[in-house]
Order: sequence, then structure tokens, then C-alpha cells
Amino acid sequence: MAIDKATVLRIAKLARIEIEDEATDGLADELNAILTWVEQLSDVDTEDIVPMTSVVAVKAPQRTDNVGEATPRDELLADAPEEEDGFFVVPKVIE
Amino acid sequence: MGVYRIEGESGEWEMVVGLEIHAQVVSKAKLFSSAPTEFGAKANTQVALVDAAMPGMLPVINGECVRQAVRTGLALAAEINLHSVFDRKNYFYPDLPPGYQISQYSQPIVGEGKIEINLENGETREIGITRLHLEMDAGKSIHDMRPDATFVDLNRAGVALMEIVSEPDIRSPGEAGAYIRKIRSILRYIGSCDGNMEQGSLRCDANVSVRRPGEEFGTRCEIKNLNSVRFVMKALEYEAIRQVEILEVGGKIDQETRLFDSGKGETRSMRSKEEAHDYRYFPDPDLLPVDLEADWVEELKRELPELPDAKKERFIDVYGLSVEEAGVLVAEKEIAEYFEAVADGRDGKLAANWVTGELFGALNATGLDITASPVSALSLGGLVDRVADKTLSRRIAKEVFEIMFDTGGEADSIIKDRGLKQVTDTGAIEAVVEQVISDNPGKVAEYKGGKDKLMGWFVGQVMKASQGKANPQIANEILSQKLNV
Amino acid sequence: MSALTDLTIAQSRIGLEKREFSARELTDAHIRACEDARELNTLVAETFDHALERADAADKRLAAGEDGLLEGVPIAVKDLYCTQGIHSTACSRILDGFEPPYESTVTENLWRQGAVMLGKANMDEFAMGSANVTSYYGNVINPWRRRSDNKPLVPGGSSGGSASAVAAHLALGAIGTDTGGSIRQPAAFCGIVGLKPTYGRCSRWGMIAFASSLDQAGPLTRTVEDAALMLSAMAGYDPKDSTSVNLQVPDYRAALTGDINGLRVGIPAEYRLDGMPAEIDTLWRQGVDWYRDAGAEIIDISLPHTKYSLPTYYIVAPAECSSNLARYDGVRYGLRETGGDLTHMYEKTRAKGFGAEVQRRIMIGTYVLSAGYYDAYYLKAQKVRTLIARDFEQAFAKVDVLLTPTAPSAAFAIGEKMDDPIAMYLNDIFTVPASLAGLPGISVPTGLSEDGLPLGLQLIGRPFEEGALMNAAQFLETVAQFTVRPPYLTGGV
Ligand SMILES: [Mg+2]
Ligand SMILES: [Zn+2]
Repeated sequence: MAIDKATVLRIAKLARIEIEDEATDGLADELNAILTWVEQLSDVDTEDIVPMTSVVAVKAPQRTDNVGEATPRDELLADAPEEEDGFFVVPKVIE
Repeated sequence: MGVYRIEGESGEWEMVVGLEIHAQVVSKAKLFSSAPTEFGAKANTQVALVDAAMPGMLPVINGECVRQAVRTGLALAAEINLHSVFDRKNYFYPDLPPGYQISQYSQPIVGEGKIEINLENGETREIGITRLHLEMDAGKSIHDMRPDATFVDLNRAGVALMEIVSEPDIRSPGEAGAYIRKIRSILRYIGSCDGNMEQGSLRCDANVSVRRPGEEFGTRCEIKNLNSVRFVMKALEYEAIRQVEILEVGGKIDQETRLFDSGKGETRSMRSKEEAHDYRYFPDPDLLPVDLEADWVEELKRELPELPDAKKERFIDVYGLSVEEAGVLVAEKEIAEYFEAVADGRDGKLAANWVTGELFGALNATGLDITASPVSALSLGGLVDRVADKTLSRRIAKEVFEIMFDTGGEADSIIKDRGLKQVTDTGAIEAVVEQVISDNPGKVAEYKGGKDKLMGWFVGQVMKASQGKANPQIANEILSQKLNV
Repeated sequence: MSALTDLTIAQSRIGLEKREFSARELTDAHIRACEDARELNTLVAETFDHALERADAADKRLAAGEDGLLEGVPIAVKDLYCTQGIHSTACSRILDGFEPPYESTVTENLWRQGAVMLGKANMDEFAMGSANVTSYYGNVINPWRRRSDNKPLVPGGSSGGSASAVAAHLALGAIGTDTGGSIRQPAAFCGIVGLKPTYGRCSRWGMIAFASSLDQAGPLTRTVEDAALMLSAMAGYDPKDSTSVNLQVPDYRAALTGDINGLRVGIPAEYRLDGMPAEIDTLWRQGVDWYRDAGAEIIDISLPHTKYSLPTYYIVAPAECSSNLARYDGVRYGLRETGGDLTHMYEKTRAKGFGAEVQRRIMIGTYVLSAGYYDAYYLKAQKVRTLIARDFEQAFAKVDVLLTPTAPSAAFAIGEKMDDPIAMYLNDIFTVPASLAGLPGISVPTGLSEDGLPLGLQLIGRPFEEGALMNAAQFLETVAQFTVRPPYLTGGV
């Protein structure tokens, strides 16, 4: 199986975590150790076994279509790292 | 009308299209929060804590959205899945606060269905529906507020959408247009989506490929976020030709996401394409699976209103309308309802003529919607009655209609006030005829000398003398009697 | 006056009702204890002024005879709970300074019953850890010390601050959260009682998520009776949490009858591990003997998929966390590291904001959900999880509770087991299976290791039968007579 450097970088990209170059090898080793360890699950026969989606056997509750109060805008934006004119602001997205 | 083909240097190509329609569910509150869904509010004023993905906030399903999705599925003759699951679709984007969209992936609430589309040439075609699932909308990113920044408004974040996915059954821009119009019509009939494309309540993504007719499917491109039927059709036209041009010179189509530039009428590759998507779908552990009762679904099915196709059949059967007339009248629920109110207890064909003729003409000219028509269905019915009982000639009736449209009055009072009643009294018409004959001895001589065509002229004179009130048919009869002695 | 901090919650409630002391006096005593114990680093935010205000309000309600279940009781709250206008960071740098404009359902329930918050308790970052060494605010110190050396010990984790605070008598009780053992294991390490209720018993609304299908709120207390009191106040259906279960919350204290006659206690064979310290095994056998001697029926049972629990957990929990923690992106709140384009902002923010263990689990979780690996890892793990739950279901057809050790060792020193993530993960080997099955579990201190450290036994119960579980646990508590005080309290530190 083995997670190589490229895989570490691909996963880090997907997870949006910057990885220092010198940390990549160590991380690859750690992830490999963990994944090798969890690999033992392949010993379990799970033919015809339904995967668990919830540990509680109840029906999903449903809300009625009532409008509640929206969060006051100043509260919503209170902790925003950058905010302007009532908008959250992020570095320019290029499509 | 033949099949749609793209001419290439080396021969003909066929377009293969599947559409994904995102239709906003009509609901007061969002899919997973009680924040309002109203359009046009100030930025970030309609955001619940869970919509902004504040730490520890949890989603709870809005039952109304589930109900509307099931009704829509039923209206699309689709299979309703009594057990469905909400999944997380993971990706980072600033207008997607949790870093995932809650959607339905492997177990959607609605499975396979089908609809019939009506083509311009009067033909119909069946288009398969692959699935319909519920998902939440993202917020809005605004890129033109500052050159170095993107602004994020979360008002739409969490609004319920139904994603309706078609089979790749569509073969021309015209079919795509007809498909969207039909879906829109059905959604509006049952009231699950308002179908407003300008406000973004209905958006469309198109998967397009081309192939030699009858051969295997080609590589497809996805064109994102088309927000009008016209744009969908233009984008498809452009994209198919683009692909054909590549293939004709031995090139290969890259499977990619493209954007339609409505200004230039072109599609272009999205720059972010090099980043492969890996959405890491998995069932949302914050939500339990949705389990529906079969009885409840049956009840929704029974309560469904009459749908456009059934209504069309009935209009043809009951009112004796042509396929075209019926098609026009059922396209919009409001028009169909208006028509039925006019036709109620009257000659359906005549009612249809007035609705599609005078009324549509006047509405078009003034840019009004049928729901804002100054002439109510009841009033138009009153006018149709006067035409049917020959109180009004067609010409006078049109005049009355114009007055009604401008002033909103009733036909009968306008007729009375202005003395526009058609004269059917034979004696009165006979007097006018005699007057016309005695005033025009020369024309009478010409007529008697064999110039038959003058009959029309005489009728015109009678009508003129009676200020249009004489029944032209009776005038005609009396004239022939008098002139042919 | 030190006596006030030695009370149990139940005793303090009697004292308050009899006006032997006021809520303010009780709170004041605990505030002073907290101030004296800052070296333990149990609280990451002290809310003493707020506590005194609440205590005064409690005194008014006591005077008016309108007191709630926990009126005037000073407690510590794990920093994973969102508390309105108060430091709520999951002890992560990425949320440093975050003060939510909302209050979690569980804490709201506690305040309604009159509890008084002393402060926010330290914890492993985002509840990921078993030693409370991953907190952005530094590690927590266990009030216990080994006889053999005087090295500072970990309190266990992730609810390490909560456990240490209760063990050091800084609070009468505390709330923690348990995802794979994060209440039970630190309770065992600190010599106190820790209860993880059935999944769905307490609302998760306002509790910062780690792994949604596993996270559950619960109390850490010095007695089983106190756990019963606290759970009665915390628990309840919450329409804001879709996974919360709409069941009546019983009077848990009334369930503590002391009667265990005919109780069927299951002993799962698979929990007897190779290389398990003898003292753990001895403690376990002692527990079996106690029950047998008191007239309970001891039944050997098998939970065949036990050994797959940890690997299953270390797929499911990271997968959920990788998605749950995607919201920490520097856009709406918390840390933002600037520089470069949007993607760089995300990557730098998350690299700076998350500690190593959190990053590791996000990476694992991202990997096991990624294209081509989902079936082999995540789906497989959820299938095995079904089998693990089924094992328990079959066992509970034959027994009423299961008796196991809580942890495979006593508390260890800071710095030990730190270089190998898997060695650290093994701490939760006995607690994780019940978490995967959503079952209630409780740890009760029942003895000391040879080196003088507390050891706990775990009882696992049927879903939503926390009352019966606590009744069985109280028997253990009574018979074990665990009265040794940690060296921190006896001047041994
Ligand atoms: Mg799509
Ligand atoms: Zn979609």
C-alpha cells in the first residue's frame, strides 16, 4: 500500500494543510504505520453486512417550515478575520 | 423537420446532452435551518448559525422540503425511495461554510422517472430522469467589489435545492429548451419551485458530448450555471460545434468543466480545472437517514394537481381544441386556469380563440403577465357570451375587448353605454339595405351586369351605414335577395 | 473551610438547602482552590466573576425555594462546549479567542438547574488525544503522583482538565465529552467517576464536533450519585440535534437502589489482553469477585470483534473529523494566516491553526474517504462497526452489564508514549468498543496500582439504561471504598 511523498502532498492539498517539505517523509511514515495497523480490518468477513449509518435506531426528525430569527449580522461577522460592507472578505477567487 | 445534426468536414455529428437542473424548493425556511429564504435581502442578514457553520451547530431537516421533493418526484413519474440518505460532499470554497455540501449521493430521495417533451414541430419525445435529490445551496461569491478580494454573502447558503438529473437523452438545443420548459412547467404546476430563472430559482448545468450518429458516447464537458433557456440553447450549439471542430482535425476532447460567457456566446474552460476534484462523499453523521411512509407518499400522489400532459389531453377532449392550442394553454398553470374559467359553460374553441388571440396579443404588447391581466377571466367570458349570442360582431367585439383591456369594464356595460349591440333585426337591416341600393344605382347596375365581386362592397356599405352593428351575415342574405331579383 | 471543597455534589446540595453555607461561600472556596492550583493547568479560562454572580443568583433562588437540581454547585466545563460570550476554543489555536454568541444545550440545561461555571477546562485539541498533551494551552497535570518517582503525570484525555479539576477538588463536578473514551479514561487516570451516556442521550448542539457519530457529553464526578445528579440535569431531547433521542429522562438518583441481587454481569473474554499489566488483571478479577460475593451472576461472554474496535475507530473518527474540521478555514471566525491566494490562505491557516495530532487525523480521514479508498477503509470500517454493535446486542441478551478494566494502564508521565501515535491510541482499547456501539459506559475508581496510582473498572450498559448502569457502578464504588486522596491534596506534591 505505502503512502509515498506524492500521496502525502495530494492528501494535504485535499485537506488544505500546508506541509513543510522536510516534514513530508516523517508524515508519510506515520500515516503508513497507522494505515498498516488499520489494514487488519480486511481479515473480517463483512459479506452482506450493512454499514452502520447511525448508532441510534430512530427516524430523522423533521422541522416544520417555520421561519426563525436569522443571526444579527454584526454577531455573524463579529469574529470574521476580514469583513467589509457586511460581507465576509477573502483573497480574490479566480474561476 | 429533420433530426439535428452538426455538419463536419467529414460528415455529420450528433449532439448528446444530459441536463442537471437545480430547482429551489418553495419553502419559507432553509433546508437545514429556520433562516428565511426570501430573495433580495441585504447581504448576510438571512443566515442562521448553522448556515455559517459556526462551531457545534447542527442541521435539522425541513420536512416541507422533503414533501416538495417527493411531490416533484411523483410529478416526474419517478420512483420514490422510502429510504434515502444525506451525504457530505467535501470541498473548500469560501461560500460553502462547513467545507462540505449536504447532498444526497448514493441513495437519493427520488429515483428514475420520465417526462414527455413537446417539440416545435408538434412531435413529442420522452426524456428519462435519472434521479432527483435534495441538497443545500451555497452562498454567493462576488468577485467585482474589490480587485484583490472576493466578497461572500451567505444569504443563500443552506437554501433547499432539488437537483433533477436527466438521462443523456437530449439530442438538440431545441430539445434541451423543451425539456427545461417542461420541467419548469411541472414544478410550477405543483408549486414545488417558482421556476424564476432570473432570480436563480432554476439553474442548469449541461453535460455535452458529440458522436457519429448511433455510435458510442463521446467524452463530455460540463457547462456550469446556465441561467436561461436561451443561454442553454446557445451554449449547447456553441459547445457541440467546438467539439466537432476538435474531433474533425483528429483532436481529443478533455473532460472538463466549462463556463458559458453569455456576452461572447462562447464556452470557456474554468481555470481551476487542473485541480482534480475528490469530493470524499460519506453519509452525514449529523443526520439520520430519511425514512418515509408508503401511505404518506400515496396520499401526496392522490393530492397532486392535474399535470400539464393530462390537462392537455382533457382540453383536447372536452373543449375540442387542437393539439397546438391545448399545448399553448397548458404550458403555464395560470394560463390554463384562466382559460378554463373563460371556457366554463361556453364554447371552448371560441374561448381558446379569445385567450390565445386577443388576450395574448394585448398582454404581449403591454408586457403583462396573465396574473396581472386587466381583463379577468370572468370578464372575458362575458365578452365571449356576447359574441356567441351574436350580440357583437367579431369586429365590434374586438373593439369592446380593447376598451375592456384599457378600462377594465365589463362587456355588457360597455355595449350598453356605447350602443354597440349588433343589429340582427331583419327589418332594420332591410331598411339600411334599401337605402344603400337606392343611393347607389350605378353600382347596382354594375352588379347586375355581372360584377359579382361588388357584393362585398355592398356589405361593407351596409356595415358602415349601421356603424358596424348590422349582423354581416344577415346583411349579406338580404342584399342577395334584393340585388338578385 | 477546606471542607467545602471536599464535599460531594449531593452533600453540598444538602448543606445549601440547610443554609449551612451559601452558594457564594461554596463557589468562593472553589475559586480559591482553582487559584491555588494553576500549576495543574486545568482551566484555560477562569470565569470567577461570572461564577460569583451565578452563585449570588443561586442563593436568591435557594432562599425563594426555587432551586434547581444543581443549584449553587460550582463545576468546570470542558472547552469543547460553546458558552455564550466566553472562551470556547476546543483548545485549538485555530479558535483562539473565539467567544460564541450562543450557548450549548447541555450547558444551558445545567445553568437552568442552577449550576455555577468556574471556568473552561483544558482538553486535548478538538478532543483528539488520550493524555491532554495536545492542547494549544499546554498540558494538564494529574494531581496524582507515582510512589516510585515524582514525575508529573498526564491526567488522561481528552477531558483531562475536567478530570484533574474534579480530582484536585477544584470543582465539585465537571462535564467532559467522550468520543472513544475521553471521559472514562481520564476519570480512571485521576481516580474519579466518569460517565459516557448512551449516544443520543445528551444533545450535541453547541458542542464543538470531533466525530459526530461518536461524540457524547457526560459528567466527571467524585461519586456515582453525583454523576446521576449531573446527568439528570444535562440530559434530554433536543430538537436542534437530529441524533438526540426523544426519551424521558428518568430520575437517575432514584435508580440507585443499591440492589444488585440477580444482576447478570458479563465478563468479555476478549478484553483479557496479552501483556496486560498484572495489576489491571488483578483489579478486574477483584471486581468479578465482589459482584459474585454480593449475589450477582457472573457470565463469561464473547465479543468476538473487539480486537477490530480500535482500527475501526481510527478510520471512522478521523474520517468524520476531516470533514467536521473543514469549517476552520479562516473565513468566518478564528485564525487566518494571510499570504498568497485563497488556497494559500487555507493551507497556511490550517497548518498554523491545527496541532500535529489534529493534522495527522485530518490527513488519515481525508485519505480513507478519498476516491478509490472509501470502500476499503471507511465503508469496511462501518460494516465492522455493525458487527461490533451486534456483538454487544447479543451479549445483552444474556447479561445486564459488562465489566471490564477502563484503561490498560495507570496514568503515565508526560513525555511517555508520545513518539508513537499507535501506542497512544491503545489507551482507549477498552473504551472504544462501547463508543462505536453508542452504549453507555462508566468508569469507577476501585483500587491503586503498585505505584500508588488510581485504577478504574468500566461497566458498559444497555442503550438508554444509564440508571441500571449507575446502580451497578454504585455497588462497585461502595464495595471498593476508594477513599485515597491524591498527593496533590495531601501535600505530597
Ligand atoms: Mg451536479
Ligand atoms: Zn447539485
